[in-house]
Amino acid sequence: MFGLYESAFGALTWGNIVMLLIAGLLIYLGIARKMEPLLLVPIGFGVLLVNLPLGGLMEVTDGEPGLLLRVFQGGITTELIPAFIFLGLGALTDFGPLIANPKTLILGAGAQFGVFFAFIIALLIGRAFPDFLEIGIEEAAAIGIIGGADGPTTVFLTNKLAPDLIGMTAVAAYTYMALVPIIQPPIIKALTTKEERAIYMKPQLKPVSRRQKLLFPVIAAVIIILLVPRSAPLIGMFMFGNLLVVSGVTDRLADTAANAFMNILTILLGLSIGAFMSAESFLQGESLVILGLGVIAFAASTAAGILLAKLMNLFIKEKINPMIGAAGLSAVPMASRVVQKMGQQANPRNFLLMHAMGPNVAGVIGTATAAGVFLGILG
Amino acid sequence: MAQEIIEAPITGTVISIEVGVGDKVAEGDVLLYIESMKMENPILAPVDGTVTEIKVAADQVVETGVHLMTIEY
Repeated sequence: MFGLYESAFGALTWGNIVMLLIAGLLIYLGIARKMEPLLLVPIGFGVLLVNLPLGGLMEVTDGEPGLLLRVFQGGITTELIPAFIFLGLGALTDFGPLIANPKTLILGAGAQFGVFFAFIIALLIGRAFPDFLEIGIEEAAAIGIIGGADGPTTVFLTNKLAPDLIGMTAVAAYTYMALVPIIQPPIIKALTTKEERAIYMKPQLKPVSRRQKLLFPVIAAVIIILLVPRSAPLIGMFMFGNLLVVSGVTDRLADTAANAFMNILTILLGLSIGAFMSAESFLQGESLVILGLGVIAFAASTAAGILLAKLMNLFIKEKINPMIGAAGLSAVPMASRVVQKMGQQANPRNFLLMHAMGPNVAGVIGTATAAGVFLGILG
Repeated sequence: MAQEIIEAPITGTVISIEVGVGDKVAEGDVLLYIESMKMENPILAPVDGTVTEIKVAADQVVETGVHLMTIEY
């Protein structure tokens, strides 16, 4: 009655083993490939822990929820963690490039096209295979939002609309964010000529005044929340976090929001999202649709941003480099870095980083707003 | 000889300077790195030519538009 009696080897299923391999892959990508390590390492370890049977981390044992289930119920189900991560993001965001060039707000909005595109495709796939997949309008919205390339927004919306899919959509959003440098370049190349990529944009010399920086988060919060009330948790925290930085008198709060607080939330988010990926909830047909449509959504957002930038060039005198439209994806700063690198390759004089940051930051606002729109309609 | 003034395209800290006065550079060569927004940003030579002047040093904070180097070609 000793030995194997108390161990969990006998309870390991083939599904657990597959999930343990996936956990290993996520941890490997984070550590060896340095892909979003701050997220993939905690998520990977969460997946590992929850797929070792009988540990009870995500189960209720004798009426008591396990460790990670407690974190999940307290932090994700209540939406506390994703909303407060936006506080930290706000404290880390510089709206300067966006204020200096408000046109780029349009590009950030345009790149949300992929969200709605993937939403419609997901809906159609769900209708086509009703026997295999449970993808209704709510699930489709949760899948579509992946196209905004914003992890916390994806977690926030999926929790509200399709909580069963949360592990999968979150992992898709975070992994694809890390893959932006691989997903975007071929699409950018296909949609632009070398001459377009070489379009030179002057460095942003016009300084943004302190008053503009102070007014932006306040006015943006008021306008966006009045327009899309259900975006209030994300946009509200985002703009508040930014005000803590630009105010210049709340440095201690801004520092905590951007560093210590954000790091604590990242640990809790990563572990509990990973813990949601048990074999039963992960290895199902919906997961494949989510993974497939996630890439399509990213690609569609990238393409829409570029095409919109080209369209704007037909009307404005000082031409913009159409690649900055691709930075409308909210993956900050990955998308900007891609544009910067490709811009320099096409023309060594080019330095598009700050120009790309405008649409990039606008993309974060755009995705959070899109989530608010979905919630307003479906929630 | 024509002169090309290399200006800082972004505000940040010079991390390292990859060329010296008198060096020949080709278009696209890295002249120096500026760290900004937690990224190392290479500044590239816009033309083939010779570096004739370097006006900044490593660890120096530079504002956008500051004259960094001169290349003659």
